[in-house]
Amino acid sequence: MSDEYNNNKSYQAQSSEVMDGSTGSVNPDIDYVRPAEVGEQDLYHGHSFIEKWVFCQDAKVIGVQYFLTAVFTGIVGLILSWLMRLQLGFPELAGFMTAEHYYQFVTMHGMIMVVYFLTALFLGGFGNYLIPLMVGARDMVFPYVNMLSFWMFFVAVAVLMASFFVPGGPTGAGWTLYPPQTILEGTPGSGMGILLMLISLSLFVIGFTMGGLNYMITILQARTRGMTLMRMPLTVWGIFTATVLAMLAFPALLVSAIMMTLDKVLQTSFFMPTILKAGEVLEYGGGSPILFQHLFWFFGHPEVYIVALPAFGIVSDLISVHARKNIFGYRMMVWAIVGIGGLSFFVWAHHMYVSGMNPWFGFFFATTTLIIAVPTAMKVYNWILTLWRGNIRINTVMLWCLGFIVTFVNGGITGIFLGNVSVDVPLSDTYFVIAHFHMVMGIAPLMVIMGAVYHWFPLVAGKMLHEGLGKWHFWITFLGAYSIYFPMHYLGFIGVPRRYFEMYDSPYMTSAVGMNEFISIAAFIVGAAQFILVFNIIKTLKTGKKAEQNPWKANSLEWYTSTVPPEHGNFGERLPVVHRWPYDFSVPGAKDDFIPQTTAPSEVIHTEVEKT
Amino acid sequence: MHAGIIFLLVIIGSVLFHIFTPWYWTDIASNWGGMDDTITLTFWVGGGVFVAVCLFMIYCVFRYSHKEDRRAEYKPEDKKLEKILTWATTLGVAALLAPGLIIWNQYVNVPKNAIEVDVMAWQWGWQYRLPGADGKLGTTQVRNIADNNPFGINPDDPFGRDDIMVESDVINLENNRPVKILLRSVDVLHNWYVPQFRAKMDAVPGTVTFYWFEPNKVGEYEVLCAEYCGVGHYAMRGGVEVQDKGDYEVWLSEQETFEQLSARYEKLNMDVNKLAKK
Repeated sequence: MSDEYNNNKSYQAQSSEVMDGSTGSVNPDIDYVRPAEVGEQDLYHGHSFIEKWVFCQDAKVIGVQYFLTAVFTGIVGLILSWLMRLQLGFPELAGFMTAEHYYQFVTMHGMIMVVYFLTALFLGGFGNYLIPLMVGARDMVFPYVNMLSFWMFFVAVAVLMASFFVPGGPTGAGWTLYPPQTILEGTPGSGMGILLMLISLSLFVIGFTMGGLNYMITILQARTRGMTLMRMPLTVWGIFTATVLAMLAFPALLVSAIMMTLDKVLQTSFFMPTILKAGEVLEYGGGSPILFQHLFWFFGHPEVYIVALPAFGIVSDLISVHARKNIFGYRMMVWAIVGIGGLSFFVWAHHMYVSGMNPWFGFFFATTTLIIAVPTAMKVYNWILTLWRGNIRINTVMLWCLGFIVTFVNGGITGIFLGNVSVDVPLSDTYFVIAHFHMVMGIAPLMVIMGAVYHWFPLVAGKMLHEGLGKWHFWITFLGAYSIYFPMHYLGFIGVPRRYFEMYDSPYMTSAVGMNEFISIAAFIVGAAQFILVFNIIKTLKTGKKAEQNPWKANSLEWYTSTVPPEHGNFGERLPVVHRWPYDFSVPGAKDDFIPQTTAPSEVIHTEVEKT
Repeated sequence: MHAGIIFLLVIIGSVLFHIFTPWYWTDIASNWGGMDDTITLTFWVGGGVFVAVCLFMIYCVFRYSHKEDRRAEYKPEDKKLEKILTWATTLGVAALLAPGLIIWNQYVNVPKNAIEVDVMAWQWGWQYRLPGADGKLGTTQVRNIADNNPFGINPDDPFGRDDIMVESDVINLENNRPVKILLRSVDVLHNWYVPQFRAKMDAVPGTVTFYWFEPNKVGEYEVLCAEYCGVGHYAMRGGVEVQDKGDYEVWLSEQETFEQLSARYEKLNMDVNKLAKK
């Protein structure tokens, strides 16, 4: 492999070529790649420990920092979910837990998992690590801002965690923070707790904007020579589109957080109508609680795709590499990602069918919601058609991908129930909803994250994670998570409402007791199984097998760095030059079953490779 | 190989679970059977797609698992296949959307003969009001709410005088007569939900929302709050009793009107004043 890589260097730009920027003339050479139009970025290399590992400007280090911080919040979220499941399955063992506690745990679990765990992990973690490597850049275009982005996120997490320790505890308003209850007594944490939550969200958005600008501009402006948009790995497409969504959606969250802070602190009435509380009419009047819901879901629905699109992209790459087959219908996949991203701004009120908004909206939002099912279904077809006639390695990475397909299709189908307005009426606000969104945007993206960890760990750490442990981790997680959420849908059919601290003895709810116990036990096991990965990572770092360069025989640029793990600057002296898409696997006539993106056409002239 | 078998068992298990589950709908007690039917239809179509996709995936796992001497097929695109799949999916989705929209159209159009029931929610309980002999509810305002005027009815509104105040968290409804539920809240969001009726809608402070249904099974039902409303949310229960016309009218005649309620409080006040003077 390394031979081919070295050969490529002879096709790369000479520095003089880069500077004089002679474009325009048609070069008959089939290996011709347009020269770069701008010179290379100057990188600031850290000198001290603090500059190298703490306030570091290397996107890869920042990516790992994001990753570890997000995983820390994820573990907090996991522990909260255990406490909730203890109350729901075995209330007699959860005597220490009051309804206040329960609602605080529910709220913090939701907010942490959606925003501070999944979003930060996909965009901050994988985005930072992979974007520059995959597009052939030395770093993000604004490394200093990128560093600030992480530390802003870090402060946001610190503020969020601090709310556990303030008087009254964290907010228990539900992760959707619907006013008026959010800032009124009667909801736990309606004093300091909610204020810290709103401040933390605002900081998160600010920090994220700094990161997001970096991801977008790096992808648009800093791609290496030959890396056209239509040669980018789908991982980059997914992260790029998700970032654009985030830049458009997060402002809605920020303004609603600011408005609610004002309602809370200065008694403005953006979201607060006339309210009677304990016999007293409060100092509010004329505001609209539904306005908040519109703002929240204008952020909240794209947010679902901010998590899902990077997962779509990453899983496409993992499936293609490990099935040794080109991704089926690459162009369709790109347009599906972009189309889903665009449509995701027109479906937000499907969260609000029974919110009391004008019921006529239901027709519009049900239609747009079901339209979005079409490009999503196309992606699913293309994943399984990539497996078809492939040469599939059934390793740990592929298992996570297969687990993703099963859980994602399952969760996608139940989305059609909830999106279809009148079908949503009996199911909304029940456990069916909980089961649906955990399956589709909890478990499915988690499967991708895990697959991605096993896939890229050799690149990040230079060592191979243990396969046997990985498989145990997968099967316990997949089977456990599936047996948590699949039966949970049926609780929703019975009509069991969500956010109930206790069910009492309603006849149709007593039948749920046995299932709740089962689900809780499964949740304890699945949560505990995640520590297999922690153990695996520690063990591998200590005594693991050293990874060869490009152990999976992949084509994309991140595997063709000058060193493994890649150093600051990624690609040694010369940037790679790209001649093809990253999916030339199993090309008839080629020596190996893969052709790296850096391989020039003249080297594979005898093969039946298609021009990309 | 093992992987394929386990995935296959998961899919078979899912189907068997669906067939044999003891956890399923409560018996429906309203006119919204169409919602159940659409759910069933979505189950058939969606479940079919789920099983088909998973079985295809499992087939690929069995058939195309890695062999050193084999190569995958190299075929970047298949325009025709993609087109067929796109159109088939679009048709399937449209077939599911159509009944959904038709039923929604019924849901948002209240029949003319529906009797109005005013449901007022607060942290954490329910109160009910019915129009009196004039068939119209009096207008209300949160600021008017007091012990002698629990709904905040405008005292000047003539329609309000004969409104029937139900002093209970259980409301009685007449069987086979459509009901328009008007929802109001004095503090936060709530949602008046009876699983057997299938229907629900949030109560939003500052505005009046509505939905309708026609109860069609005599019996007692539990009302649940289905929109998170603070720490007492899970305990915010109420009740509905669906009765035949005769029984319902007896119950109705036993309820107090707003005028009677006001008079009772006035008398109470006078009594208290007399006591104070003595």
